[in-house]
Amino acid sequence: MKRIGVFVCHCGINIASTVDVQKVAEEVGKMPGVVFATDYIYMCSDPGQALVREKIREENLDAVIVAACSPNLHESTFRTAAGEAGLNPWQLEIANIREQCSWVHSDREKATEKAIRIVKAMVEKTRLNESLDPISVPITRKALVIGGGIAGIQAALDIADAGYEVILVEKEPSIGGHMAQLSETFPTLDCSQCILTPKMVAVGKHGNIELMTYSTVEEISGYVGNFTVKIRRKAAYVDWSICTGCGQCTEVCPAKVPSSFDRNFSTHGAVYVPFPQAVPNKPVIDREHCIHFKTGKCGLCEKTCEIGAIRFDQEDQVFRREVGAVVVAAGYDTLPLSELKEYGAGRVPDVIDGLAFERLLSASGPTNGEIRRPSDGKVPKEVVFVQCAGSRDPERHKPYCSKICCMYTTKHALLYRHRVHDGQPYIFYIDIRTGGKGYEEFYHRAEEDEGIIYLRGKVAKIFRDGAETVVWGTDTLTGKNVEIRADLVVLATAVIPRKSTARLVRKLHIQAGPNGFLAEAHPKLRPVESINSGFYLAGAAQGPKDIPESVAQAGGAACKVISLFSRNRLEQDPAVAWVDEDLCGGCRICISVCPYDARKFDEEKGIAVVNEALCEGCGSCVAACACGATQQKNLTDVQIKNMITASLGGK
Amino acid sequence: MGKPKVAFYWAASCGGCEIAVLDIGDRLPVLAEAADIIFWPCAMDVKYDDLRAMEDDFIDVCLFNGAIRNSENEEMAGLLRKKSKILVAYGSCAHEGCIPGLANLVSEEDILDRSYISAPSVENPGNVLPEVKTETPEGELELPELYDTVYTLDQVVDVDYYVPGCPPVADRTWEVLEAILDGTLPGKGNVVGAGSKIVCDECSLEKKETGISGFVRPHLLEPEPDRCLLEQGVYCAGIGTRSGCGALCPSVGMPCRGCYGAPPGVFDQGAKIVSALGSIIDSTDPDETDAIMSGIPCPAGLFYRFSLPHSILRRKITDGYED
Repeated sequence: MKRIGVFVCHCGINIASTVDVQKVAEEVGKMPGVVFATDYIYMCSDPGQALVREKIREENLDAVIVAACSPNLHESTFRTAAGEAGLNPWQLEIANIREQCSWVHSDREKATEKAIRIVKAMVEKTRLNESLDPISVPITRKALVIGGGIAGIQAALDIADAGYEVILVEKEPSIGGHMAQLSETFPTLDCSQCILTPKMVAVGKHGNIELMTYSTVEEISGYVGNFTVKIRRKAAYVDWSICTGCGQCTEVCPAKVPSSFDRNFSTHGAVYVPFPQAVPNKPVIDREHCIHFKTGKCGLCEKTCEIGAIRFDQEDQVFRREVGAVVVAAGYDTLPLSELKEYGAGRVPDVIDGLAFERLLSASGPTNGEIRRPSDGKVPKEVVFVQCAGSRDPERHKPYCSKICCMYTTKHALLYRHRVHDGQPYIFYIDIRTGGKGYEEFYHRAEEDEGIIYLRGKVAKIFRDGAETVVWGTDTLTGKNVEIRADLVVLATAVIPRKSTARLVRKLHIQAGPNGFLAEAHPKLRPVESINSGFYLAGAAQGPKDIPESVAQAGGAACKVISLFSRNRLEQDPAVAWVDEDLCGGCRICISVCPYDARKFDEEKGIAVVNEALCEGCGSCVAACACGATQQKNLTDVQIKNMITASLGGK
Repeated sequence: MGKPKVAFYWAASCGGCEIAVLDIGDRLPVLAEAADIIFWPCAMDVKYDDLRAMEDDFIDVCLFNGAIRNSENEEMAGLLRKKSKILVAYGSCAHEGCIPGLANLVSEEDILDRSYISAPSVENPGNVLPEVKTETPEGELELPELYDTVYTLDQVVDVDYYVPGCPPVADRTWEVLEAILDGTLPGKGNVVGAGSKIVCDECSLEKKETGISGFVRPHLLEPEPDRCLLEQGVYCAGIGTRSGCGALCPSVGMPCRGCYGAPPGVFDQGAKIVSALGSIIDSTDPDETDAIMSGIPCPAGLFYRFSLPHSILRRKITDGYED
């Protein structure tokens, strides 16, 4: 019979104030096979772990139960300690008597009885545990970065600089993301393009980076260290391998397509480069707006191109790549104006959003940096900035704070004052949140030096009245309602995840949170990893954040990837499913229920087989198997039955 | 040495297992030649006193079919255990409870009331119920006591071997009898005369790994030939039933009922089948799932049709039940 040792933790008062831990140790100590049982104040401390190691050796233990907090916290801590003392780590189990007992009950007697049963159940489980060895898999030392905004760019550069190959996939024809659309960045008022383009160029030139723009991830399969990804490169109808980027084709195109880069303030041809600093600086043809594709006529670009780079017969291409890790840096979007019904629903021409204002501010933008309003091109003298347009509004829009708007609205108002000296900006706000480095000082500069009027109150309604845009708001500090007849209104719209992020989440089988942002493995301590092995997160796709945070997070994600690649092989948890060939009758029910595609049917043998490296031990197949052929290692039907019997009082 | 002495007995059963023995057909005379059949109430004139008079372990092998429903069944089980070297639970009733075992879903009171008072074809104006002891002019009559709970053979005596099936198919029965005659039975406690996988292993219908979007009764569907019945919505217990019968029922277009009982890796047949079916219901919408499940009006009776007394459930709690 296995020699089992039981250690019951007080967890200070967390467990001991509700559960009589000495009694638990005493009662469990009476079970056959339990040769040692004790209680201790903090098992996770160094002396606590030393106690486990000591007793494993002294009492010749074959298995250990630590009755304490959730296994999520310290299972690996204690298993490592067990390993150090020569015990197979999988012969150590945690009995959760905190989250599942002391923290949810108040009756000491009943809680103690429940704790005793919880520990007894784990003793019964452990009696039948097998010693296991970790599953060792090879690693492909190549990374995939999805998204070419500042976060994706930074992650790609960091991984590439460490000597590993990176594939950077970006949906748009050029990398740069939203940062390329910005005019100046807070708090330094650096020209955004000026600080971004060196990084973009570095990506384009880097020997370790395969840059695939105008491309999307179509499919991904495999597991950490061993992914196979299919990437679809959209037909650009321009042969980039010979195109010199001279731009002549873009100059002759007669089509007028609204520029999404310029937030529809300008147009470009059907053959276009999204912005002058694009990387790669090669054009694509927007098939839907191309006269040649629609009518068979025109073809001016083809005639103009001196080297015959225009190829109307080009087709989408699908590429296959093997990678070991994926960084998801898919970026953000902003709440469409059409959702803000109380602010004109996007139908009032002089109500625009923050990104649109950036384009007006930008020297290379549609108005060459002059602030002119959309309706008639006049220079606006009264500009109202509305913060929290859609954010902090659980009833109608988004419950969360979009984090960047207080800073960029202050920036907008400041820059507007610089361009229009006699202009008057107003900012309607709920709070001013300027927590970053130098941010509070920036806000004070704007507030004190620049004549910007800050009004604390929400805007109730914005509507058109003749040539003016009327803003109805409140100033809670004076207690008065405010009406402003504005020339231009700029809404700081909520930061939201991109629609493509939801599709990506499904394709990659990763998780998103309730607001659609990518879910991190732990909100405090694991912000750059997904809970799915091999997937890392960077940038605003994980939650609203500013540029320094995106860059920092990208570096963090890159570091995780580099750390993965620096190992020889990857070791995975062996508590996975397995198939008893003598019992499996080939009913195939288990094949389709696996969420990780870890099971296949072996036609020759007529049985199901498991890919241990892909298996995450979720147990779906075990539930689906009606004959018990598939079991989970160290959590078999018999073990579960014994645990239930013990939990019910042991008859 | 003499020929081996063989006994057959029937407790709470339908008689089908007796026919199953006869079903070995022209191998019956071979059996009669090779063995001494010394106790077989169905086929010979024997009395219980003949059995009581035998020495312990006088019988070499007893094939006991039927469940334990009343005190007579239990008494005979005890007696045959004493008088037999090897006791075999033959057929599903003795093995796992089978159809009589479904009576564990009701109480003894319900049974007596239904059989003697409320059934439409019963005329019993005095509401007379059978008693264990009854005074008649001729003397006191004793009837066996009806138990509230149906037991399997191994829940009342030690059993050496199990032969599953309702009934066990003829070829498997003969294999067991041959093993008995040749002395080649495996170690005690084993299931014999059956396979060690599930019915799907012997079934040639094609599986396409599709889910279930509705349950339909066999007579209401013209099934696609050569295609798995369960995938077509016809409840087939083959996924959770021990092999050995050669997938007889599916081979003629009828779903497996589960009569060979739990496969080797399973201690509760019904629970495993429920879990498996639940995994492949083709819907995540609660209302839709409810509609699909309404195609199974009596889950306990269906999934535990043959194994209820032997399962973790054992019986439904009803007032006045005695363990």
